[in-house]
Amino acid sequence: MSSISLGGLLRRPEAGAALGLVAVLIFFAIFGGLTFLKPAGMSSWLNVAANLGVIAIPLGLLMIAGELDISVGAMVPFGAMTVAVISGHYGLPIWLGIFVALSFGVVVGLVNGFLVIKTAVPSLIVTLGSLFAVQGIVLGLTVLITKSTSVALTTEGPTKAIFGDFVMGGQLQVMVLWWLALTALYIFFVHFSPFGNWIFAMGGDKVSARNAGIPTDRLTMILFVLSSTSAAFVGMCQAILYNSAQVAGGQSFIFNSIIAVVVGGVLLTGGFGSVVGIFFGTITFAVVTQGIYYTDFDRNWSSLIIGVLLLGAVLMNNTFRKMALSYAPKKGAK
Amino acid sequence: MAAPILALRGVNKSFGPIDVLHDITLEVRPGEVLCLLGDNGAGKSTLIKIMSGVHQPSSGVIEMDGAPVSLPTPRAAQEAGISTVHQFGGTFPLMSIGRSFFVGVEPTKGFGPFKVYDRKTANGVAVKAVQDMGITRITDGDRLVGGLSGGERQSLAIARAVHFGARVLILDEPTAALGVKQATHVLRIVNEAKRRGLAVIFITHQVMHAMAVGDHFAVLIRGAVAADFKKGEKTREEITDLMAGGASMASLEAEIEGYMAAHDGHPPPPA
Repeated sequence: MSSISLGGLLRRPEAGAALGLVAVLIFFAIFGGLTFLKPAGMSSWLNVAANLGVIAIPLGLLMIAGELDISVGAMVPFGAMTVAVISGHYGLPIWLGIFVALSFGVVVGLVNGFLVIKTAVPSLIVTLGSLFAVQGIVLGLTVLITKSTSVALTTEGPTKAIFGDFVMGGQLQVMVLWWLALTALYIFFVHFSPFGNWIFAMGGDKVSARNAGIPTDRLTMILFVLSSTSAAFVGMCQAILYNSAQVAGGQSFIFNSIIAVVVGGVLLTGGFGSVVGIFFGTITFAVVTQGIYYTDFDRNWSSLIIGVLLLGAVLMNNTFRKMALSYAPKKGAK
Repeated sequence: MAAPILALRGVNKSFGPIDVLHDITLEVRPGEVLCLLGDNGAGKSTLIKIMSGVHQPSSGVIEMDGAPVSLPTPRAAQEAGISTVHQFGGTFPLMSIGRSFFVGVEPTKGFGPFKVYDRKTANGVAVKAVQDMGITRITDGDRLVGGLSGGERQSLAIARAVHFGARVLILDEPTAALGVKQATHVLRIVNEAKRRGLAVIFITHQVMHAMAVGDHFAVLIRGAVAADFKKGEKTREEITDLMAGGASMASLEAEIEGYMAAHDGHPPPPA
């Protein structure tokens, strides 16, 4: 049962993502040389992957559960601006700024989750609404309070080191360590603890899951809180890292994280996927956007590669999912 | 004869001004298969939903073991021992057999915050439960449910209900979407459930399937029990005629409507 076979690996949800990553690595190794695999090159895409990955995994879990959250695009600047206004503009302690920024993440997540549970409105529409609403709040409040769309923030000491600094020779963001640690934590909760099973069951068939005694409403709320808080966390860390926060920006996280999740093998309609797959999908996305700098291609072409990659990944993932479905042990084997 | 596990006494159900069920009185005993027959729109689904806690009766009593019970939610019905298996098994196509078998009650190993899902135990128990019900083709708990045939999925769902202590098993058209061979598997499992002393309520269109496993038959027409008879009391032709809406069906319908018009909307007592 536990023996590793090629077929067994290919049936896993992350199979397509792993193959896609290998293909992308080979592609850039041929056209750009191996520079992007050396420490300096690696940190360029690892930084991108880390910021994206911290948001992509909880978003992917929501998608496995059959929901979507695009308000993350507004939560990143919201988190950044909250900490910058509280601790930069008003000069209050940094821990208060961090606490309030993350609390806003929790509140927006609760609102999203509550609206999705209580109304029959699809989560795409609910979070589209909260995306714009939160964008409006960020812009309106920031200009009202600071008369500016950019707020400076200086932090030092352990806070800077923990949330927004460079490690290992000044290239790698500390976010990479957060990303790796959070990924490990998510892998444990989703694939090894019993709770992970509930998320898959919910995405597979919500009514059956509820009848089986799974608290689907509570779980939906938790997942929405997780995704918007993670986005606020990334925004907050970016503000601490770059010593400033802008009201714009963050929208790129919406599509980028969805691409990372889908390339990672998560089924858009829910019920199928894996954290490791999302992890691979995130790296693949980051390598494509950053690897282009190491080739002779004009970087304007990187969106084309991403588009083709996305379509290719979806088709490949469909194939692998069919293989997984039709799999049956051969007669007489074992 | 054993006392009925589940009984409906004079159950009515209306949605607003529309009366769907009229004075339904049914009982089902342990080790007995009650076949519920009826055309589309006869009220079968509503009746199932009342017994499985989805709807509440407008009036009338549901009794379990002779005592009145209320089933406010599907969860409450399940806790009372009433399990409903729907046409497509109500299972999760992209989950493994082991995982979907234990959804909500996952076995774990380890302790404290390090409790992990025990895949080996889950797969082992699930495969054994299905095999004990006579489906020997399922041997690997890691297979995805969506890769099973329709009959195997039904069997898995029934095995799950039996494993988790169901006393009353409601099967909603379990054979409707299945081929002959697949349907035979399901019927065999219905018999196995009966042998284990479960009360089975079997909803079907196929008279062959009903005759194969049924001990007791009830025909629903326009939300009322139009006929209630034991095995052997009616021939296959008579049942087919009742179900297929033949000549006697038409006359029966007219008779019932006439009776109800003359009796304040009450249906005639079951034949």
